[in-house]
Amino acid sequence: MSHPIPHFFQHNHNKTAFGRLLRNHLLTVLCVFLSCITIVPLFSLLYLLFKKGGSFLSLSIFTELPASPGLEGGGFGNAILGTLMMVGIATFFSGPIGILGAIFIAEYAPLSRLARTVRFVAKLLTGIPSIICGAFAFAMIVLTTGHFSALAGGVALAVLMLPTILITSELALLGVSSSYRDASYGLGATPFQTIWCIVLPEALPAMMRGMMLAVARAAGETAPILFTALFSQGWPRSILEPMASLSVLIYNFSALPYPYQVQMAWTASLVLVGMVTGINLIAQWAFCKKI
Amino acid sequence: MTSPLASLPFSEPFADDVVCDQRFIEVSNFNFFYGKKQVLFDINLTIPARQVTAFIGPSGCGKSTLLRNLNRMNELLPGVSHSGTIAIHGISIFDPSIEVIALRRRIGMVFQKSNPFPKSIFENVVFPLRIMGKQSRSFLEETVERSLRAVALWDEVKDRLKESALGLSGGQMQRLCIARAIANQPEVLLMDEPCSALDPIATAKIEELIVELKKEFTIIIVTHSMQQASRISDLTAFFYLGKLIEFDQTQRIFTAPIQKKTEDYITGRFG
Repeated sequence: MSHPIPHFFQHNHNKTAFGRLLRNHLLTVLCVFLSCITIVPLFSLLYLLFKKGGSFLSLSIFTELPASPGLEGGGFGNAILGTLMMVGIATFFSGPIGILGAIFIAEYAPLSRLARTVRFVAKLLTGIPSIICGAFAFAMIVLTTGHFSALAGGVALAVLMLPTILITSELALLGVSSSYRDASYGLGATPFQTIWCIVLPEALPAMMRGMMLAVARAAGETAPILFTALFSQGWPRSILEPMASLSVLIYNFSALPYPYQVQMAWTASLVLVGMVTGINLIAQWAFCKKI
Repeated sequence: MTSPLASLPFSEPFADDVVCDQRFIEVSNFNFFYGKKQVLFDINLTIPARQVTAFIGPSGCGKSTLLRNLNRMNELLPGVSHSGTIAIHGISIFDPSIEVIALRRRIGMVFQKSNPFPKSIFENVVFPLRIMGKQSRSFLEETVERSLRAVALWDEVKDRLKESALGLSGGQMQRLCIARAIANQPEVLLMDEPCSALDPIATAKIEELIVELKKEFTIIIVTHSMQQASRISDLTAFFYLGKLIEFDQTQRIFTAPIQKKTEDYITGRFG
């Protein structure tokens, strides 16, 4: 024996150590396996979308209006534009409210009764089914103005996005190291200067990721749009008129008995997924640049 | 030089006044509470100008809490309260006429963990000037050079002022934080264990710096290292369980302490 006194690493160098090694390896393999499973749905979905909808991808899809049911040709440029516009309207309303609200509940008065109430209500709101948001915007805007409109659709999506933006923004702000705040306050900065010059730039990438999460979810919602913006065969002209959207187009076309329209629905799904991914990638790229 | 804060009573130039220099910061009957828990008990302390005063004592003795009260940083924590007064230049810092923002601009602070902002080296140093609305490019550049020279960092970083401060070494970062703290020429520099995360060489540099900086600033340093306190400070205050046990010339504290507790602590019998 090379070591007359057993080294402590070698202590009990027998079955116990072997069992421990084996368990360690088994657990690692299990974790890798389960991680792989989580990416299976995404990739099989993408595969399916490309297989079913990829063949119809062409420039005309983005530039032309949908053909009447039963007829072939055309595209769904109006639905793409409509989705972008309504998500834009929704972000216009929910973005500033969500971010400024998060700044208040994270920075200014985290322990106040108002902050606790806002946090609680936001968490409740995240659990509200999207169709209820549609019903809300329907009652609030469609019934009072007397007609369906893109604005109502945007408001419905804004209600849906607001709690996500608020909660992820608050988490983003809380994720900023408090040592930056100490340094800033210690130098005599006001709360406003500390938040705008130091905390917010640090939290921005995470905030934008949260915002994009909300945008991605809103872009794919059908139920709230169905009640509010309805659909339109033409190009968007005004946000006070009904407007086409990708999700409602997919919903409508997939229920039609014509194979061509069903095929279009697949292609529209692919475009929708592509748009959401594109927005996410752009956001990641644009907001992750650091000094 | 007219300070933008000249309207503040305590920024008036008392510098030649020997009495005021000796009684620069006066803490009297000061008690401090986190919620219901009292962490400082009846502290009475007079700190002279342009000297280094060290606060020593075991963890949790309240030395950092007292330090953070001198620029009212503790007010940022929820549920804190105090009684008694702290006066600088004879004016209570808790006086309603004192604006806390202005107070902190006159009192620089350096933290235990160096905390440069994730900005360029240049922007870190000029931050205290920017928040006061100073824009002049030449003034900002002058300040950067003067502050970085004061902390002996200028030659190391002068060619990369536009690069991120987070690329510096630990010791450089802490010196940058000191440069930032003195950029606005405060009167007092509070240091909360500024060397506890640094290696001995970086520590030696900061200690040299502190001795140099006391010509201009009144420095109060919290430290866990008794060797450090004895090396760099003129006065030493020993705290234990929220009470000030002994406060005297550093040399006296370390050679002939009056209190038994102080002797036990500095000889390493507890703490």
